[in-house]
Amino acid sequence: MLGKSSGSGLNMKIMYFAWIRERIGYANEEIALPPEVKTVGAFLTWMKTRGEEFAYALENDTLVRVALNQEHCNDLSHSLENVSEIALFPPMTGG
Amino acid sequence: MADPIKGPIVTIQAEDFDTGQIISQATKDCSNVGAVVSFTGLCRDEGGKLAALELEHYAGMAKAEITRIATRAYAHWPLDQLITIHRFGKIAPGENIVLVLATSSHRQAAFEAASYLMDYLKTHAPFWKKEHLIDGTSSEWVDATEKDDKALNRWKDVIGE
Repeated sequence: MLGKSSGSGLNMKIMYFAWIRERIGYANEEIALPPEVKTVGAFLTWMKTRGEEFAYALENDTLVRVALNQEHCNDLSHSLENVSEIALFPPMTGG
Repeated sequence: MADPIKGPIVTIQAEDFDTGQIISQATKDCSNVGAVVSFTGLCRDEGGKLAALELEHYAGMAKAEITRIATRAYAHWPLDQLITIHRFGKIAPGENIVLVLATSSHRQAAFEAASYLMDYLKTHAPFWKKEHLIDGTSSEWVDATEKDDKALNRWKDVIGE
């Protein structure tokens, strides 16, 4: 677990699935987001700066899906207020 | 009290299931049901190359998301029962992966609801397939297909969203 404590940001559970999980190297973590990360778009931009494995996992925006509190979200401007769990995963292949 | 359970039923499980048995149960003592449509998705062997599929899923979200889709279908079509079972974990060729079953007074509602549910499930249920090959070479994640995305378009005029 990385568990960086970066001050007053929201404490967030982040989950990764399928090849995004494999590229990052673990399935979930709990992390304090920097205070300026307030939207889905800002979150994704910040995630890519966290290291090579994150940049690699999230390099293709069209292949990254987001769920907030276990519901799909495709709005980059969506606020992270009241969000306690963010999941990142590739397009789904169930059924 | 004599009524069977109403509303969508969604089950996420590792175990295999018996489609015939579920159809029998769903239609027992339902004299108002004139139609039962079931779709079962099976694991192909891809021309003898596939040893197994591994289905990863987002456990916290899978049931909630399929229930959201099924609830929309249940509200839109006049259905009696709408049952979904989706498996996760290792699945061998020939085994079941998914079941959607709709019962109704008339066939049209049952056909359409089952079809809608499968189309949405393909692209919205948080499951990911990985192929394990018999020759032991690298395991690959299955790519999402544009065909599956396009399948959703036909529902936009029917049920919105």
